[in-house]
Amino acid sequence: MSFLIADHVSKFFPGHAGGGDVCIFKDLTLKVDKGEFVTVIGHSGCGKSTLLNIIAGLETLSEGGVILNGREVSGPGLDRMVVFQNFALMPWMTVFENIALAVRSAYPDWEQAQVVAHVHKYIGLVGLKGAEDKRPIALSGGMKQRVGLARAFSIEPKVLLLDEPFAQIDALTRGVIQEELVQMWNATRNTVFMVTHDVDEAILLSDRIMLMTNGPSSRIAEIVEVTIPRPRSRDSVIEHPHYYKIRNHVIHFLVRHASHGAAVEESAPGGSSGPVPLVVRF
Amino acid sequence: MKTHENGSPWIISVFILVIFLGGWHLLTLRPSFHANGKTDEQLQMMEFNGDIVRAGAGGYIWNPEKMNGVPGPLAVVEKARTELSEAFVIKGTNDHGIAYLVLYTVSRFAGGFLAASVVAIIFGVLLGLNRVLFRAVNPFIQVLKPISPLAWMPLLLYTVKDPKWTAVLVVFMAAVWPTLATTAFGVSSLKKEYLHVAAILQLSWFKRLYRVILPGAAPTIVNGLRIAFGSALVAVVPAEMLLGELGVGYLSWIEWNNLDIAGVIFAILVVGVVGVILDSGFNKLASLVTYQE
Repeated sequence: MSFLIADHVSKFFPGHAGGGDVCIFKDLTLKVDKGEFVTVIGHSGCGKSTLLNIIAGLETLSEGGVILNGREVSGPGLDRMVVFQNFALMPWMTVFENIALAVRSAYPDWEQAQVVAHVHKYIGLVGLKGAEDKRPIALSGGMKQRVGLARAFSIEPKVLLLDEPFAQIDALTRGVIQEELVQMWNATRNTVFMVTHDVDEAILLSDRIMLMTNGPSSRIAEIVEVTIPRPRSRDSVIEHPHYYKIRNHVIHFLVRHASHGAAVEESAPGGSSGPVPLVVRF
Repeated sequence: MKTHENGSPWIISVFILVIFLGGWHLLTLRPSFHANGKTDEQLQMMEFNGDIVRAGAGGYIWNPEKMNGVPGPLAVVEKARTELSEAFVIKGTNDHGIAYLVLYTVSRFAGGFLAASVVAIIFGVLLGLNRVLFRAVNPFIQVLKPISPLAWMPLLLYTVKDPKWTAVLVVFMAAVWPTLATTAFGVSSLKKEYLHVAAILQLSWFKRLYRVILPGAAPTIVNGLRIAFGSALVAVVPAEMLLGELGVGYLSWIEWNNLDIAGVIFAILVVGVVGVILDSGFNKLASLVTYQE
């Protein structure tokens, strides 16, 4: 049994007056194994962030359930920490305090010295030594998200949920932080579920890339398995013969679905349990 | 090129003050008394009325004890000197030194303002967290907010039957609405992500309140407090006048009753100085709790 399962999840938003409910996605099932890095990629508004928020427990689901380590989870919890697109650092707290707030919550029995040492360890891991007492206002976007990552890793959650974590960071810094994330993940081998619309980011980081069609009623149409060996780096990944094959495949999919996803309907077998995603292996 | 910005503002301030005081002095200056063209009978009548007094060499001068028109700055300074020299003297039940009057006003103001702030922040947070409750209560707030706090006074006086507490309650009524409305707004418009982080970290209700919600809404709450502070300060003076409670507002009114216009001007200046001191204290406190995004 997979470590994290979103089992036949549906999400409806109440429609405008008179109209029926709007279906974001219906009967969506996805499975993530322990220690696996899975990415969902799709156009803006396809519902991928809604899916992530449902797994995080920050949004309610209409039907189905989320199962983590054999147990159904409802509501947010320390076992599923989110790295937010807009960082979500408390601006009234310093870098240290932001991370310490999380560490104290995750390990309420720890002594002060233990908390301090733990926070410093993760500040060191993301290369923010010396910035402990700065407030988020004094940090660049890249540094803010390093704090976000340090906060998320520091509580050692069962699943890390990354919600377009690098979307608001300039392209050059983004690459550097992606590489740092690769190294952190290599060290910890956390289970990670990421949502993005950056194809290169998805290939660099993921074991599997799930391709989501456009909404409404979006679904996971294909699963691309990225077999490029680890450890990966930005340099080595693009040298790999499969890199551009995967990249082209994903981009073709996204272009095909740029207009509303009628193109795939013919390939989707009907049925009450929902269409099964096509698995593509490179 | 930047000489404009290098000029010292305080030189200009002093210049404005000198112009103002000089103008005031000149405009309120009375020409010295000339007896030309007046009969002895007229002069005797004026002396009898107390308008003029006999000066050394058989001539007359204006009676310095009897004021006509607006007093000049020197008269106000003289009045301030005597008042300040008796600042800590209690001459009678209704004649306390200026230091006591300031103390009464400040404590009345502080009591009403602090009580209003605590009540308004508590209810504001509750309303801010509960959208349905907020929308249910908002019409009442909108109706009550624009009512002048002084309009409540007769009702409050009738209800509590004590002018001391009525004055405090008038300040309370002046201060409660701005803080309540802005606190509710600040809490309800708090960024969702902060609450999401608090929810994921499983912070207790209390920790969520004082580590996330209150500091997050603090800049907005402080803005509300600032508005409340101003309106409470405006309300405390007329409340004292109308209720006859000892204080700087009362001082202004009692000097008017004495027809001591210099005293009225002195009282106005005291209200201004007290306001500035309270305001700078408030700003110091505010800078401790606000943050930049």
